[in-house]
Amino acid sequence: MGRSKFILGGLFILAAVVYLIFSSTQQSAEYFMTVDEIHAKGDSVVDKSLRLSGAVIGDSIQYDPQTLTLTFDVAHVPGDNAEIEAQGGLAEVLRVAVADPTRQHIKVVYVGPKPDLLRSEAQAIMTGHLGADGIFYADELLLKCPTKYEEAVPEQASGN
Amino acid sequence: MLAEFGYGVLLVTFLLALYSVGASVYGYYNKSASMVESARRSMLLTFPLLSIAALSLISLLVNGDFNVQFVYEVTSRSMPAYLKVTAWWGGQAGSLLFWSWLMSAFASLVTLRKWDRDQEFLPWVIVVASVTLAFFLALNIFFENPFARLYQTFDGNIAAYTLAPANSTPIVPADGRGLNPLLRHPGMIIHPPMLYLGFVSYVIPFAFAIAALVTGRTDDRWIRITRRWSLWAWLFLSFGLVLGGRWAYDVLGWGGYWGWDPVEIAAFMPWLTGTAFLHSVMIQEKRGMLKQWNMVLIILTYALVIFGTFLTRSGVLSSVHAFAQSAIGPSFFVFIGVTFVTSIALLIHRWEDLKAEAEMKSMLSREALFLLNNLLFMSVLVVSFWGVIFPLISELFTGQKVTVGPPFYERANSPLFAALMFLMAIAPLSAWGHSTIQTLGRAIWKPTIAALAITVAIFFTYTRNWIALIGFFLVALVILVTLYEFWRGARARQKTQGENFFTALSHLTGKNRRRYGGYVIHISMMLMAIGILGIELFQNETQGTIQVNQSLELQGYKLVYKDIAQWDDASTGVNYTRATIEVYKGGQLVTELHPRTDYYYEAQQNMTIPGVRSTMADDVYVLLVDWEPASAVGATFKLYVNPLVNWLWVGSLLFLVGVIIAAWPEKDPERVTVRATRSARQTSAAD
Repeated sequence: MGRSKFILGGLFILAAVVYLIFSSTQQSAEYFMTVDEIHAKGDSVVDKSLRLSGAVIGDSIQYDPQTLTLTFDVAHVPGDNAEIEAQGGLAEVLRVAVADPTRQHIKVVYVGPKPDLLRSEAQAIMTGHLGADGIFYADELLLKCPTKYEEAVPEQASGN
Repeated sequence: MLAEFGYGVLLVTFLLALYSVGASVYGYYNKSASMVESARRSMLLTFPLLSIAALSLISLLVNGDFNVQFVYEVTSRSMPAYLKVTAWWGGQAGSLLFWSWLMSAFASLVTLRKWDRDQEFLPWVIVVASVTLAFFLALNIFFENPFARLYQTFDGNIAAYTLAPANSTPIVPADGRGLNPLLRHPGMIIHPPMLYLGFVSYVIPFAFAIAALVTGRTDDRWIRITRRWSLWAWLFLSFGLVLGGRWAYDVLGWGGYWGWDPVEIAAFMPWLTGTAFLHSVMIQEKRGMLKQWNMVLIILTYALVIFGTFLTRSGVLSSVHAFAQSAIGPSFFVFIGVTFVTSIALLIHRWEDLKAEAEMKSMLSREALFLLNNLLFMSVLVVSFWGVIFPLISELFTGQKVTVGPPFYERANSPLFAALMFLMAIAPLSAWGHSTIQTLGRAIWKPTIAALAITVAIFFTYTRNWIALIGFFLVALVILVTLYEFWRGARARQKTQGENFFTALSHLTGKNRRRYGGYVIHISMMLMAIGILGIELFQNETQGTIQVNQSLELQGYKLVYKDIAQWDDASTGVNYTRATIEVYKGGQLVTELHPRTDYYYEAQQNMTIPGVRSTMADDVYVLLVDWEPASAVGATFKLYVNPLVNWLWVGSLLFLVGVIIAAWPEKDPERVTVRATRSARQTSAAD
């Protein structure tokens, strides 16, 4: 009798946790996509919660401090870590992505302070949604600059 | 030469650690005390050796030997000397060496304790510590050598090598790349060492647990020996987390302190199992129950500690913290897998010996409530772990990478945190063995009514947000119940001992440090909860571009833009742009704030430093977003009002006090009468 009380209590907690996890996952799932995937899927992902990663094109960065509206283009980079490694590491992949004119691009709009790390060849990881106009509206913008962190070899090391 | 010397020392230490493992195992199975002693001595030797290796690296860093790749990557000429020293843990290779150095320090400390009563544990504690140490040294030696030098090979490629390749010339860059400006903050200087201290100290209780499993001495001796270790480990880990939050608040400029980033969660997960462990060992000590469970918890904590280091260090997940991608990922995976499976196998082997000595009878007994507390901590762990690995799972099964953001963690964890708070309110009032609704009700009704009264007052004066009201009710209830416990204890002492109230209070706490230290920690958690509720539920923001003498208004504050100045600091290579803002509240000038932007020339990076005015009621937090040189055009500011967030930091200071009370060595006679032997007194003083 005493035991079954505890087992029931345990099962109740288990059920509650499972419910919390699944309902919360459903509510806040964000689909991780690359620029190519968004172009391929087009309208079917409009207004879904998305997480997009791409290489920032430096020349395209525009910022209007009056409205705090930031716009820039990102170029496609692979979403898979192994693939990035195979292509020479993140810094190299980002460099190539920005230099390659045949890459697919997507325009991003973000409202807020201009992040310190935003510059050409940074990796932008954005959450937001794709508008019907084909522009990605980011609510959150995360940047990684592999060249500023440690990576690979110096480019202009002076020999002696 | 110094670099090669340092690498050589690492190699020797690695071999020595392997020798300790071998000698310990041999000594244990062949009953050779001298072999175990030899293992112990070589273990002790690893600390001075690694200190020499570390000093070599620090010397290279401080002297700016940019031929060494690591030095090139994390320092630059313009960095002040203290930052060059702390750059030691500013990059991957160095921070792994830092880990090893701490590991050797703790292993030495623990092998120096008096072992007379616990001789049989010694070889296995050495084995676990040495295996862990050898693993981290191997990462440095085979994958991430902090002493590697840059060479240009004959085909023109520049790369780092441990030994000079044939036909190559060494490359000495003129200057290093320098530590990321974001990391040049006092919080960032102590945050990683704190976390690492926490991580590494958890290896010691784990080592004793494994020793208990191997030797079959499965009573609660291992828990008693490591009680203080786990408390300190928990303290360091908790403080590492808080400092990380403070750094984010001060430096990252998004007005927050915690973003449910995978790497934050990686440090949070061992904290969860560690906290559960801290509670459940008490049940084993008092009631002889949950022995198997405690083993599971400490094994999990160890695995999560290594996993946490792995996540921060391997860059497997996209995160602001993932500074590096490297080859060490698979090794971590294998190491975690092997140690975890081995530990679990040992646990299964001893499963029968770890049967509970008593049965849990009442659902409201203190042990049952502690068990519930453990289940809730585990639930938070499962939620967090699910969030971290969900992208990997969904990719595996659907081919589509799906992630979950902060809303997932907040939504799923909030009810669990609320339940934990409720438990914090009732568990101190319940009795070991048996409690009923009636006995609990008698104890809790007064604090409940008082907490309800406070909640009603908050409803009429501060907020009608029902989540906040539930939160504040629980906070009030926990604090009142806990204070009531202090009061009750002190009053009882006052009557029996004839002391005045404050003497009674301090004696009460002094004689039951763990219990009352724990209560102080509970109160500190509630203060932190006030801060979290405040910033999560009531944060307000606005932004705008204004000209000099124009203002922004938010939540009763009026911020007037007065001035902007810009100058270069040649010695550090930084350009500062600093705005002056006057803050008015109710027409009264309260303070002047200076949000600024620091531009680091060499790193070509901006750093946005907020201007913050902190009070217990709220923080005014203003960022200088953008500006034009001509002040007529104006500057753009982003303004946050973060209610109550200061309680978070005040709470964390009280937390420190609580842990120190709980972990302070006890010399009270009450305990000695329980554990009567002389050696027990000696060992508990040495713990």
